[in-house]
Amino acid sequence: MSLPKPVMRGLLGRRLRFHLPIAFALSIVAGAALKGYTVTEPRKQAYADFYKQYDAVKEFNAMREAGIFESVRPSGE
Amino acid sequence: MMLGLTAGRFGTRFLGRRVMALVTPSSATMASHGHGHADVSEIADMSKPMYCDRMDTPLPDRAYKDELNAADKTLKEKEKGPWNQLTKEEKIALYRLMFRKTYPEMKQKTDEWKTVMGGIFIFLGLTGLLVWWQSIYVYPAQPRTFDSEWQAKQIQRMLDMRVNPVEGLASKWDYEKGQWK
Repeated sequence: MSLPKPVMRGLLGRRLRFHLPIAFALSIVAGAALKGYTVTEPRKQAYADFYKQYDAVKEFNAMREAGIFESVRPSGE
Repeated sequence: MMLGLTAGRFGTRFLGRRVMALVTPSSATMASHGHGHADVSEIADMSKPMYCDRMDTPLPDRAYKDELNAADKTLKEKEKGPWNQLTKEEKIALYRLMFRKTYPEMKQKTDEWKTVMGGIFIFLGLTGLLVWWQSIYVYPAQPRTFDSEWQAKQIQRMLDMRVNPVEGLASKWDYEKGQWK
């Protein structure tokens, strides 16, 4: 019959003091990872690489030959 | 919680009467009416404070035992005095008058999850059979756009149009070799 009295107060405050810094840290890490490594930078790089070698006229002619346009038919017709 | 009430407190007697009323013809139901009267006294009066064993409610609305016999009453009188004069057994007896289960008893794990998962899978299975039957006997004919030839021509047209050439569909096609990368 001599158990120590358990903590009765400040339980929410203790939980917040513990979990909030962790939550903020994890969110910031996730945001930085998303920005730098997984999504934005690779996507920017993909677009840059694509347009480095992009010849618009060549692509247009290829599309025209495939017959998808209605205003310009393939050169054969 | 209602489920806990019917299962735990009134249990088989209550359910048994219901099942009997459904299954047996009316004359037998009349005969069992005497049995039904005995049941009525068991049903809790929900307009009064009720006892509950809940982990989030340490002090229920009423004590567990409210009909105290003479021994319990003398114990309750002794409780009004200094508590260090109570023996260990008396303290436990007082606890058991107030509460039905201790916290560890409440926290005891049951096998209820097996019943729940079993029921879920049974109903998922039945639903699956129903959906299968439906797909054969109810669905109308598939549109022609679902045929594999149509789908192939569709993808070819998307490649010709250079759909999503940077990161998407057309970027995965090798235009020189005429094949997927």
